[in-house]
Amino acid sequence: MPLLHVDDVVVRFGGVTAVNQASFEVESGTITGLIGPNGAGKTTCFNVITGLQAPTSGRVLLDGKNITRMPVPRRARHGMGRTFQRLEAFGSLTVEDNVRVALDVHEGLRGMMRPDDEATFQRIDELLDRVGILGYAEERADSVPTGTARLLEVARALACNPRLLLLDEPSSGLDEAETDAFGNLLLELAAEGRTILMVEHDMDLVMRVCHEIHVLDFGSIIATGTPEEIRNSPVVQKAYLGYSEDETAELPVTEEVAR
Amino acid sequence: MSEFISYTFIGIFTGAAYAIAASGLVLTYSTTRVFNIAHGAVGMLFAFVYWDFSVKQDIPIWLSLILVLFVAAPLFGVFVQRVLARGLGSAPVSVSLVVTVGLLVGLIGIAQQIWPAEDRSLPQFFRGHLIHLGDVVITWHQVITVVLSVMVAMGLFLLLSGTRIGTAMRASVDNPDLLQLYGGRPQVVAALAWAVGSSLAALAGILLAPVVGLQYFDLTLLVISAYAAAMLGKLTNLPMTYLGAMALGIGQSYVVGYLQDIPFSDKVPGLPAVIPTLFLFAILVLLPQAPLRVGQVKGMVSAPVPTLGTAVVWGAALVAGVMVLASMLSGSNLLLVGTAATYAIVMLSLVLLTGYGGYVSLAQFTFAGVGAVAYAKIDQPNLFGLLVAVLAAAAVGALVAIPVLRLTGLYLALATLAFAQLMDKLLFQSALAFEFNNPLEAERLSVFGLKLDGTGAYAVMMTIFFVIIALVVLAVRQGPLGRILVAVRDSPAAAGTLGIDMRWLRVGLFAGSAGIAGLAGALFAGLRGTIVAFDFQFFASLLLLLMAVVWGVTSVTGAALGGIFMMYLPVAQSDNPSIAGLLFVLLGVGAVILARDPNGLANLLFKLPGWLEDDVYPAIARRLPALSLPRRSRGDDDDLDLTEETPVSQEEVNPDAVAAR
Repeated sequence: MPLLHVDDVVVRFGGVTAVNQASFEVESGTITGLIGPNGAGKTTCFNVITGLQAPTSGRVLLDGKNITRMPVPRRARHGMGRTFQRLEAFGSLTVEDNVRVALDVHEGLRGMMRPDDEATFQRIDELLDRVGILGYAEERADSVPTGTARLLEVARALACNPRLLLLDEPSSGLDEAETDAFGNLLLELAAEGRTILMVEHDMDLVMRVCHEIHVLDFGSIIATGTPEEIRNSPVVQKAYLGYSEDETAELPVTEEVAR
Repeated sequence: MSEFISYTFIGIFTGAAYAIAASGLVLTYSTTRVFNIAHGAVGMLFAFVYWDFSVKQDIPIWLSLILVLFVAAPLFGVFVQRVLARGLGSAPVSVSLVVTVGLLVGLIGIAQQIWPAEDRSLPQFFRGHLIHLGDVVITWHQVITVVLSVMVAMGLFLLLSGTRIGTAMRASVDNPDLLQLYGGRPQVVAALAWAVGSSLAALAGILLAPVVGLQYFDLTLLVISAYAAAMLGKLTNLPMTYLGAMALGIGQSYVVGYLQDIPFSDKVPGLPAVIPTLFLFAILVLLPQAPLRVGQVKGMVSAPVPTLGTAVVWGAALVAGVMVLASMLSGSNLLLVGTAATYAIVMLSLVLLTGYGGYVSLAQFTFAGVGAVAYAKIDQPNLFGLLVAVLAAAAVGALVAIPVLRLTGLYLALATLAFAQLMDKLLFQSALAFEFNNPLEAERLSVFGLKLDGTGAYAVMMTIFFVIIALVVLAVRQGPLGRILVAVRDSPAAAGTLGIDMRWLRVGLFAGSAGIAGLAGALFAGLRGTIVAFDFQFFASLLLLLMAVVWGVTSVTGAALGGIFMMYLPVAQSDNPSIAGLLFVLLGVGAVILARDPNGLANLLFKLPGWLEDDVYPAIARRLPALSLPRRSRGDDDDLDLTEETPVSQEEVNPDAVAAR
């Protein structure tokens, strides 16, 4: 059974239809990619899934439960975590305090009452180390590089121990080595049994780690498949390039987008 | 039946005037995203200007109207947009609220300065000429008001849909940055919106002043009626705003007209005056959930938070200082020390709410009043009575926040303004509290059986309370709750997706803040022995907010300094009545300047030691090498005997000093 089921979701902003009857599923314990050209409605989909945007129509099911109208904070308690395309780190807190807030909240009232103990600091350091930004622990979050702030958002989301992790362009701002390490982290997280849905423009990363990919164009899902199938899909090539090149074995999509 | 018709006519007149005021508010808010709390105050000011022209200077009415509506008011609107409101639309709501509250207080100050309180009246248009429709009598003034409101509606419609700049205004509502990219000029659009808005406020003020009286506060508070009407169109929809204004005006007229027929109505004498407020709360409850804002607020540089140890030492020093002061001062001055402590504690409630939480309240003195009344009414001058007073104020604070649970900070602040007025006019005047401005007696507090009769001892005790609350506030800031508050302020969307339910957090924050204000009120009641409704009127809450912003709303030091100056303000005004209004203007201007830096003047104090050490001392040492004394070295360098150093070499050994330049 899929962990997440987006069912026939429509989002209209005035006259503009940002998401048009999008339906897709995310299997439990897998890494799923959500790709598409700019303005295809990927981030809007994320906002609908996490509750920041109410859909005009359609449903969102988490583990079979309809959460379409559930308030944002309660979705977090149901095991949903996310990062943002436009950075949403808590700028005036330090990097470690960003994670600490998430830990406090995750533990509820107990977290609020508890004095700062060694175990908490250890847990924070572990999380920062896991995403590879331990060196920035004591800096203010609005003073670190973009890539670091993105990884911080991942660490912060992980602090709440999510079942479903939604990552919105996590690799932008990372260099090649950092992206490689990040890919390994994603595979580790999936091996732990976490489910990941990722909007990403770095096709090398997407092709490397994703089990399944959904392609969004003009608000609708135009293709779904394994990385291999998506790579060879004429429909996808058309969406990205405006024409399809059936004869080309090497995918122009990858280079075009990754550049 | 004729009674009903004549109430309806009066209602249509009132509604028409509200509609004119409200459409100006909507125009400025929707094009520039700045909610102008001073909108009513602008109307007030220009009603006075019009009175000055037409009555005092005897300029013909038509010329006075042209001068006010088409010259003075639009120029003033452009000035406000250019100087005060520029860039406010994208600033946090708390900043734009503080700026416009500063404007409001400044305008009241200007009016009081130029036109000191005396009996003035503004005649109605065509006074004495009446129209008889059967039994119903209506005035020309009413007819003109209704006609003008229709003309304003048509004018705005033509402006917004028939002209290029009107189209740009509508585009600006959605996205001013995008408008700029497409060649529109958002600054021109904004200036025009403020000019028209200001002119409409002036027109509403001139039309309503003959009816409600040429008063500083009553006209200023018309913003509540305008705001209530505009709420029906969510502050952006003009036709709905007109509908809301008419519903409000007619409803209010019926209540005023028929209430006298209902028994016991004399128990609530203020009811007619608060109809707009009640209307407003009713609409607020019906508004849909506001979405969480996506888009990070740039992290603010907060005032340094001292360690608890440091804070305890400073607190002890403060208490010792007040003890010394108390031994030297006499009765009335001791009361002032206690009053300063009261205000400082109320300011602490703002440090928690505004400084840490980022929410603005315009009703802190109302909460203080609830605490004071509760303390006086239950008549238990001990810690139990004090606790009950605090809880009562906290409960009332939560009650204000709950109806606006689903809405944004702007609506919360406006709800507090409306609530403050509701309490001023209705509850504080009822038998539950002061019952028609009667004083209430309260006894001095006893702590564990020890009654603090002496004013000096009482002032010291209040200072101790200030220190305790300050320590609590600081502890909150450094604890998990403080981090969560900052997180919600910096990025509501991210905080929400982590599982923070900011709605209930906000209710809790409001309750806590109101509780602190209630504590201050209760202590104040004990200090004074008698309290009156005037002590807790809403205008004081506005002054308090501005004072807090000027002195620094992010630190307890700012609260202490703000409390002292808040106490001193009325003293200075009664000592120098000739500049009483000017002091309000000064405060308003100060708040407008400092609104973007919430750390305020207190921040200068925090910078002082570093500045002395890094800039002043080396500068002196350079000019007067002979005076140089051995000083604390700041690195790992060995202590140097500076008497033998030349100024240049001193800079070499002190990298901090060089870096600081």
